[in-house]
Amino acid sequence: MISIFANYGPDLLLGLGRTLLCSVIALFFSLIIGSMFAIFETTPIKFLRVIARIYIEVFRNIPLLVITMFFYVVIPLTFAKVDGFTAGTIGLTLYTSAFIAETVRSGIQSVNSGQMEGARANGMTFWQSMRLIILPQAYRYVIPPLGNQFINLVKNSSVLAFVAGFDLMYQGNVIASNSLDTINTYMAVGVLYLVITMPLSYYMRHLEKKLA
Amino acid sequence: MKKIIRYIGVMATLCAALVVLTSCGAKPLSEQNVLNNAKSTNTITWGVKADTKLFGLMNIKDNEIQGFEVDVAKALTKQILGPKGKAKFVQVTSQTRIPLLTNGNIDGIIATMTITKEREKQVDFSNSYFDAGQSLLVKKGSPIRNVQDLNKAGTTVLGVVGSNSVENIGKYAPKAKVLQLSDYAQALTALKSGQGDALTTDNGILFGMAIENPGYEVVGGSFTNEPYGIAINKGQTQFKGSINQALKHIEKTGEYNKILYKWFGNVQGFNYGEAKR
Repeated sequence: MISIFANYGPDLLLGLGRTLLCSVIALFFSLIIGSMFAIFETTPIKFLRVIARIYIEVFRNIPLLVITMFFYVVIPLTFAKVDGFTAGTIGLTLYTSAFIAETVRSGIQSVNSGQMEGARANGMTFWQSMRLIILPQAYRYVIPPLGNQFINLVKNSSVLAFVAGFDLMYQGNVIASNSLDTINTYMAVGVLYLVITMPLSYYMRHLEKKLA
Repeated sequence: MKKIIRYIGVMATLCAALVVLTSCGAKPLSEQNVLNNAKSTNTITWGVKADTKLFGLMNIKDNEIQGFEVDVAKALTKQILGPKGKAKFVQVTSQTRIPLLTNGNIDGIIATMTITKEREKQVDFSNSYFDAGQSLLVKKGSPIRNVQDLNKAGTTVLGVVGSNSVENIGKYAPKAKVLQLSDYAQALTALKSGQGDALTTDNGILFGMAIENPGYEVVGGSFTNEPYGIAINKGQTQFKGSINQALKHIEKTGEYNKILYKWFGNVQGFNYGEAKR
């Protein structure tokens, strides 16, 4: 395994960087989109609830690879040119946001309904009470499941390998076939994924202790 | 009572799994003689491509892999084991073929595999059974006519992970960007959706794609020499010898030419006269 790091270190680091970049972008946007649809799901407005339901059911129940391939091969035919990295990141964001929406929704619903009633009775609008009263409490409840989603997101980013996104898994495939040393290459790739996911996992646990 | 029955069931399954697993790893591969094994089971297991038209393609209708390499493998099996010998086919990709061979899942690889020095460190090769050359597939009317046209910043070339054609692009057109996809079907899809300007691999494979996709053509002639060989595990000298012998035999009797003509005789741009043996 050391020889793999010695011979192909720059390639692996490049892949690691791409995987990190894709994960950070997807994490940021999926958290925003996911929270948005979670709020939609809990509004009194039926139209928004239906939209959120459709979005979540569609992206939660289609395999990530299918979503990604759609952006990689179908979108370029009709709309704009999308490269592998972008297609993978978009796919990953949409897919993860559906799971995050469900997670955050469960958090919002586990906040006592008296909180919302109290906020509204004090003259806050729906958005104000959501933003200032409900969401801060809801996020505290859902930190452990959100942590799971983040770790899954990092691992799922390996889907980039299928669309030539130059991520860690892609570099792993290329190195494995060049060096013909399959076992050690994939072990090295596994170790590098751990380098990202282990600190994330520990940080989430730390947050959980601090806040919950 | 129910609990006990369930417990016994679980234990029995575990035991069965253990027996199956241990019986698999009976003897290390290096100590086995593949030729003797093949003779005693009357079967040779070949690793073939299933995504490559003309060489090895899965026919969805009857669920069988068909192609030039499949037919050659069948003819070789008949030569080695006699007319009743059975050829079993396992689907491989450029990435999985060497691991599958070294762990003993297949006896030989006949899957558009070029004989290279790098690979000879890992496996043994038989004599060449097909002389391919690397070429380019482009959309009809593309400005790219040969490999020199690719050597510009901004051109993207598509290839398949684990094939040596992508390495050759690094030599012939170092300025081009290379995207490596997981198999030929995916690389072709990527070419069609404009993810790259040209798809590169061996000409035989590209001809197959051009037949299926009339909007695309093979250009640039062949700019490398890629002899295909059958890969077998190191140390299986007896098996290697019998493959070479069988290959020589079918070349002499004309069976090889018959198979070649069956698959490549009507392919536009393919020089049958040059390739026949």
